[in-house]
Amino acid sequence: MVNVDVTPLPGIGTRQDFSTRAGRRVGVVTHRDGHFELIVSRQDDPDACTASIPLSAEEAGALANLLGAPQLVAQLNDEHRDVAGVSTRQLPLPHGSPFDGRTLGDTALRTRTLASVVAVVRAGTVHPSPGPDFTLASGDTLITVGTPQGLAKAVDILDRG
Amino acid sequence: MDHTALALIELGAVFFGLGILGRLAWKIGISPIPLYLIGGVCFGAGGVVPLHGIEQFAHLASEIGVILLLLLLGLEYSAGELVTGLRRSWVAGLVDLVLNALPGVAVALMLGWGPVGALAMAGITYISSSGIIAKVLGDLGRLGNRETPVVLSILVFEDLVMALYLPILTAVLAGATLVGGLTAVGISLVVITIVLVVALKFGRYVSALVDSPDPEVFLLRVLGAALLVAGIASQLQVSAAVGAFLLGIAISGSTAENATRMLEPLRDLFAAMFFVVFGLNTDPRTIPPVLVAAVGLAVVTTVTKVITGWFAAKRQGIARMGRARAGAALVARGEFSIVIAGLAVSAGAVDDQLAALATAYVLLMAIFGPVAARVVEPVARAVNARLRPATA
Repeated sequence: MVNVDVTPLPGIGTRQDFSTRAGRRVGVVTHRDGHFELIVSRQDDPDACTASIPLSAEEAGALANLLGAPQLVAQLNDEHRDVAGVSTRQLPLPHGSPFDGRTLGDTALRTRTLASVVAVVRAGTVHPSPGPDFTLASGDTLITVGTPQGLAKAVDILDRG
Repeated sequence: MDHTALALIELGAVFFGLGILGRLAWKIGISPIPLYLIGGVCFGAGGVVPLHGIEQFAHLASEIGVILLLLLLGLEYSAGELVTGLRRSWVAGLVDLVLNALPGVAVALMLGWGPVGALAMAGITYISSSGIIAKVLGDLGRLGNRETPVVLSILVFEDLVMALYLPILTAVLAGATLVGGLTAVGISLVVITIVLVVALKFGRYVSALVDSPDPEVFLLRVLGAALLVAGIASQLQVSAAVGAFLLGIAISGSTAENATRMLEPLRDLFAAMFFVVFGLNTDPRTIPPVLVAAVGLAVVTTVTKVITGWFAAKRQGIARMGRARAGAALVARGEFSIVIAGLAVSAGAVDDQLAALATAYVLLMAIFGPVAARVVEPVARAVNARLRPATA
């Protein structure tokens, strides 16, 4: 279990960080005005930061997707290990996709590929079991379960319609 | 030329000039405060270009500048942060107070300014500039550092001390007797306690009183409330600045954040005017005689702030490099030293040289503070390498 330290920074915001197994401190400084800084401690001086990268709320969400989705996929793959021929993948809804702003039902993924979307990760938040009326947005990550062929087809559909 | 036209032209020239100075300051990585002071000194009595006709406006604008400086300082910290800050850092806070007020007291007594001058100088050398420090820590990417909460909690403690100190100073400057001074202390202690309790328990009601979804209404309400409270506080001899500060503490949550965002540009405008007016009232010819004292004071109080930060960071289990960073970060003095000097000078109860010394001191510390924070790491590394060549 990762132990996240929450430290108030009076007048600035909050620092939330934890120590990794490799001995590095990784975390986020949340400013009062809502922007974030990703902080990574220095190797030779764990009190200091080697980087503090300013992130907008949108960018922080994108980073959270990158880090959060693989864990979900790994977990689902683990659960489906006994079912031969089925795997879980994270499919991005690319910018310029015809389904940006349309519902999951519009993609008709299930009918066309037999793959089903079990969760949508958006801005670091997991929306489990999205219904056909769930509205997609570019940048979403669709956690999809299906056969390898079905998943490959689904990627094409999300990209080109 | 008619009077209004001349005043407008002068005022426009002053603000435009300050704009250029401010841009220059951030470009070379220092706070604009010293440049504003220099600008004021140049335009004032005995300066290069004496300025006439806008004294009345400038005076009122600078008063508003002080009120806004303190109001935003109060808004910066919620009552909860102040209370936890006090609980967590009072030992380091007291070390800070003793180490950094004493040099000011000593210099004032050596120059024969008496106990009143000593009290004013104590505040001037004690109070770090939270504005400069927060900016420098952000610029240097140190907000995620482990020593940064230590630095910030010392600043929080200093602000609480200010809430006690300013009413005392105001009372003493007004020529209060021992009993009068003690009464002022008593009243301010009671008022601060009430404000903290009100802010902790009923902060949302105070906030609701000034809050409004309409930005225009909100701005007028916050500014109006601040000036009203400051005026009443001033009438009650608790100093306008403290009234505004306590109002700032009482306003909390999202209201405080919105108020900060809205008032920041106004604060910058009026505070710039305040620094200029303070500079205007400082005759440049009075600075050279106190320059030695100012430099000496700067050196000593740099060392004492570094010791303070080192001590405070050590208590939190931070390594040597972090301790050095915490110490260097605290060195900068700025706006609040000038606020204190301004109170003392305008009351006329202290030696005229105090303004000159405060100007010279803040010029040095506001410029050197950010530099110290920047160079501390290479310097500490070099010192470390020299002290223990065997381990390097």
